[in-house]
Amino acid sequence: MIDLKGYGPALMDGAVVTIELAFLSLALAVILGLIGASAKLSKSRVAIGVATTYTTLIRGVPDLVMMLLFYYGGQVAVNNLSDYLYDAYSVDFFFQFDPFIAGVLTIGLIFGAYMAETFRGAFLAVESGQIEAARAYGFTQWRTFHRIIFPQMLRHALPGIGNNWQVLLKTTALVSIIGLTDMVRVAEEAAKAERMPFHFFIPVAFVYLSLTAGSELFIKWLTKRANVGVVQGS
Amino acid sequence: MPDFIAELLNRNDIFTASTIMEYWGGMVTTVQLVFLSLILGLVLAVPLAIMRTSKNPLINGPVWFYTYIFRGTPLLIQLYIIYYGLAQIEGIQQTFWWDIFREAFYPALLAFTLNTAAYTTEIIRGAIVATPSGEIEAAKAYGMSWALRMRRIILPSAARRGVQAYSNEVIFMLHASAIASVVTLVDLTGAARNIYSRFYAPFDAFIFVALLYMALTFLLVFGFRKLENYLLQHQRPVSG
Repeated sequence: MIDLKGYGPALMDGAVVTIELAFLSLALAVILGLIGASAKLSKSRVAIGVATTYTTLIRGVPDLVMMLLFYYGGQVAVNNLSDYLYDAYSVDFFFQFDPFIAGVLTIGLIFGAYMAETFRGAFLAVESGQIEAARAYGFTQWRTFHRIIFPQMLRHALPGIGNNWQVLLKTTALVSIIGLTDMVRVAEEAAKAERMPFHFFIPVAFVYLSLTAGSELFIKWLTKRANVGVVQGS
Repeated sequence: MPDFIAELLNRNDIFTASTIMEYWGGMVTTVQLVFLSLILGLVLAVPLAIMRTSKNPLINGPVWFYTYIFRGTPLLIQLYIIYYGLAQIEGIQQTFWWDIFREAFYPALLAFTLNTAAYTTEIIRGAIVATPSGEIEAAKAYGMSWALRMRRIILPSAARRGVQAYSNEVIFMLHASAIASVVTLVDLTGAARNIYSRFYAPFDAFIFVALLYMALTFLLVFGFRKLENYLLQHQRPVSG
């Protein structure tokens, strides 16, 4: 076993932070993606405009810049809000905008835009006859969505979701820059203190590698399951 | 600089001539870094992709391993390993390499080049593998050698299939280059971070730089659309 110079537990905690961050961001991204995709496919021009602006803005700006904006800007916004509340209503309200929240918000928002594109394509891939049939049976809109559309779109969305997840996982490394003690941050501090960069970064790289490799296998299994009953052309 | 612009800048607290020049300096660094790493990455990726399609496991195995490692780990870790790691190599400080790698620019360039080369290799490999077998058979029937077939038939048609995925990679690289600012490089993001900390004005500093990145991104998207039109002009409908 490698000697981690007493940084082992800290690295483990960091790895847990990374995984928590990744799953929470994924949840936010899926929700935003579903909303974004429905907005893009709706008939309302306002909704289409808002969703298109959202996905275009996100694709034009680097994740790190967005994260810095959210983290530093978020704190300033909270400070202003608390000043205002104190002056106007003498309410004492303050909280520290922490890097974890900033990280989840930014990563969720960024991948929400990519998920929106994935889900839009998947929605469109569901045959309209299926939806018409559901309507003819008197299904409500929600019921049509969760009984008919969602199970069928999942099959088309899974490869895209898988790709987004892999990129998301690697993007979580960026939160170390805004000061969250994830495993990259711990490794960086340890590497500087002990002057052994390879010693600490390579195990962390290996953790990321096993996370991405493990996800790849899991997504493959999910895709196989979702495609049960689909006759594949040879 | 025309007087009226100077006048305008003097009346602004944050966006004075000197901060604008700082952003400009950052833009130059970002563009250099991204452009050089993309060119070098592409040059590396073409032979690697050809090796990756080889049936000999001794040839395609190492390339697969390289792309797997570089695509499976975050670029930030790769940058840290190269930036902090190069200085730790025994005896490097006595060689001429140290003059090069002492500055943050070259370790960053090396990390970005290796990363984009890995992604580009897989893009080109995908495009090569998708070559219709008829095209290759026809080339063989004409008596073309392997090298000629590669140069005249497979690579040009792979370029057409790969250009769309490659344009995504280029934009990804532009955005990923923002992390160069963590190894003391003053690129666009680095300039924005300096200006933020000087004025404590996160919205001004970061929204402005976000707009600059957006402008660069859309310029690239526009450029690639033109390139795609050029490469795929044989598919354009005749009428219209």
